[in-house]
Amino acid sequence: MSEKKVISGSDAVAQAVKLCKPKVLPMYPITPSTLIPEKLSEFIANGEMDAQLIHVESEHSAISALYGAYAAGVRTFTATASQGLALMHEIIPIVAGSRMPAVMVVANRALSGPLNIWNDHSDAMSERDQGWIQLYCEDVQEAFDTTIMAYKIAEKNNVLLPVMVCIDGFSLTHVYEPVIIEDQNKVDLFLPEYKPRHYLDPKNPKTFGAFAQPNTYFEFKEAEQEAMKEALKEIQNVHKEFATTFGREYGGGLIELINMQDAEYALVTVGGTTGTARMVLEELRKEGKKAGIIRIKSVRPFPKEEIIKATKKIKNLGVIDRHISIGSEGPLFTEIKATLKEENTKVAGFIAGLGGRDISREMIKKAFEIIEKGEEGVWLK
Amino acid sequence: MKQIIVLGRGGQGAVTSSQVLAIAAFLDGKHSQAFPNFGVERTGAPVRSYARIDDKKITLREQVYKANYAIVLDATLISGLTENITDLIIINSNKKPEEFKIETKAKIKCVDISKVALEKIGKPFVNIASLGAFSALTKEVSIEALENAIKQQMGSKGPILEKNLAAIKQVYEDSQKNN
Amino acid sequence: MSEEKNTKDFEKKSKCGIPLTVGAMVLEPGSTKKYKTGDWRTYIPELNQEKCIKCGKCWLNCPDGAIYKDKEGKFQINYDYCKGCLICAKECPVKCIQYKIEEK
Repeated sequence: MSEKKVISGSDAVAQAVKLCKPKVLPMYPITPSTLIPEKLSEFIANGEMDAQLIHVESEHSAISALYGAYAAGVRTFTATASQGLALMHEIIPIVAGSRMPAVMVVANRALSGPLNIWNDHSDAMSERDQGWIQLYCEDVQEAFDTTIMAYKIAEKNNVLLPVMVCIDGFSLTHVYEPVIIEDQNKVDLFLPEYKPRHYLDPKNPKTFGAFAQPNTYFEFKEAEQEAMKEALKEIQNVHKEFATTFGREYGGGLIELINMQDAEYALVTVGGTTGTARMVLEELRKEGKKAGIIRIKSVRPFPKEEIIKATKKIKNLGVIDRHISIGSEGPLFTEIKATLKEENTKVAGFIAGLGGRDISREMIKKAFEIIEKGEEGVWLK
Repeated sequence: MKQIIVLGRGGQGAVTSSQVLAIAAFLDGKHSQAFPNFGVERTGAPVRSYARIDDKKITLREQVYKANYAIVLDATLISGLTENITDLIIINSNKKPEEFKIETKAKIKCVDISKVALEKIGKPFVNIASLGAFSALTKEVSIEALENAIKQQMGSKGPILEKNLAAIKQVYEDSQKNN
Repeated sequence: MSEEKNTKDFEKKSKCGIPLTVGAMVLEPGSTKKYKTGDWRTYIPELNQEKCIKCGKCWLNCPDGAIYKDKEGKFQINYDYCKGCLICAKECPVKCIQYKIEEK
């Protein structure tokens, strides 16, 4: 039986992970992701979950052990944030390059220098080129749902890429909200038992993590890029199947369009900021303004075609980045400009919410005003 | 949408107060949200926690800048309540509201929650008990929903659960008379 | 545990025609045997069976496992894999392994 109750974002993620039945959980706690391993070890201790939680000595070991467990042929899970993700960096492209369908939750937190524990997207955005699918969530229910969908997307035979489920640190991980916890039987039907393509077996030896010379490496990367293209389709397919099974949907799985049918100008958001922007949009609509929101759920693969289609009638667009590519600009801003290079849409870039700086309704209102006038973007401080 | 601030000291349980409040509002059939003032945990330092209650889904993720209600668990922190409170401030104190010289348009009600907590729990645990005053004075959540929320949140804690239930009931009744 | 059968291994080939697996896995065990490293050699070691005391030090120390014991118990060098590092010659206590520049 599914039940609806008020729980925290971390609790919701842990509940979703439990329903997906991973067998090995190599985890190293780091704020604000710590409550996830805490909850999972509670499930294991209570006998509610049949899995081995490995207390590793660092995040580098966590992802290495995750690689090893996948090579042994089981479903796994880990969670991290900020410098923890940065410490995993060495192994992150190896997991993707070895085409292991891993799932990791990143409780988005600013990268240190200076030390900061609060939410922005600098950790995950810095890993966006490494072959992991990145799905960002807006609320606690979506964090629960996306975790379940992530396994199904990753394990598709034409995809076989790891997935990062990105949820805003604190402002989602530590927020209590009503969440529907789905029934185990229903999840089992949606996500059948994991069948590895290959696994390490002494009776049938294989090599994982082999060497590739210049005559093959190139093609292996090309294959990852092709798998990402397949992922664009499969994210939508899995999302559709999820919507029919559980009755909840988030746009088409790649981007969500809010009031875009007749919009003349729009704001592009990622993650929890969208919720606040929704309230601002509601007010703007009451004033008769033709504004809209495009929420990007899938940052990797990047849904180019969908964005071009969504902005066909849009004169002015703005993008909020919660990360800056220092020395350049917000990475989503760059990417959206490149996507719309053939279109007549003016794009403004906003930097906001670095290191947990609150993104208030006032700021979003200001961003909408700038977009409406077709002016240059600013730092929303 | 109603916004509530719980102001207390680190270790007093302000975060639990807002969580129980959010669960209770949900049990009453509303949508709710609870979250701490995100940060590092520091025993004794002033701590804020928030709750939002609405009839429709709450999507707002910004901080609470302005609230309808404030629950002040420790009266010595009152000058730190810088947010604009519009409706009611509940202070855990045996003083009279007039004795608190604060600038606010909100009504102030004083309830001696510590006294009840010492009587019923034996320790000055006021975080759960204070919600009895909130329920009686604001009618935003029912006392029944609060009791169920406490059971859900503290179910495994046995005797302390019973004591808290007795304390919240007492505070609720006292506040009703006081209103 | 069962493996998923519907795989697309070897569907793709590299530009130079090498079949590729998904995730760069090597699915056949012992495939390095096909990779003969004998042509890396500059110096070629030669073992004098008459002087050899069969202590096995060369066999133990060869980093490529290119020295083996034949049916008669004699140590032999497999020139398909010997890279000519000459560790064997250095380790031999009776100096029965001599070497010279190999002309190919």
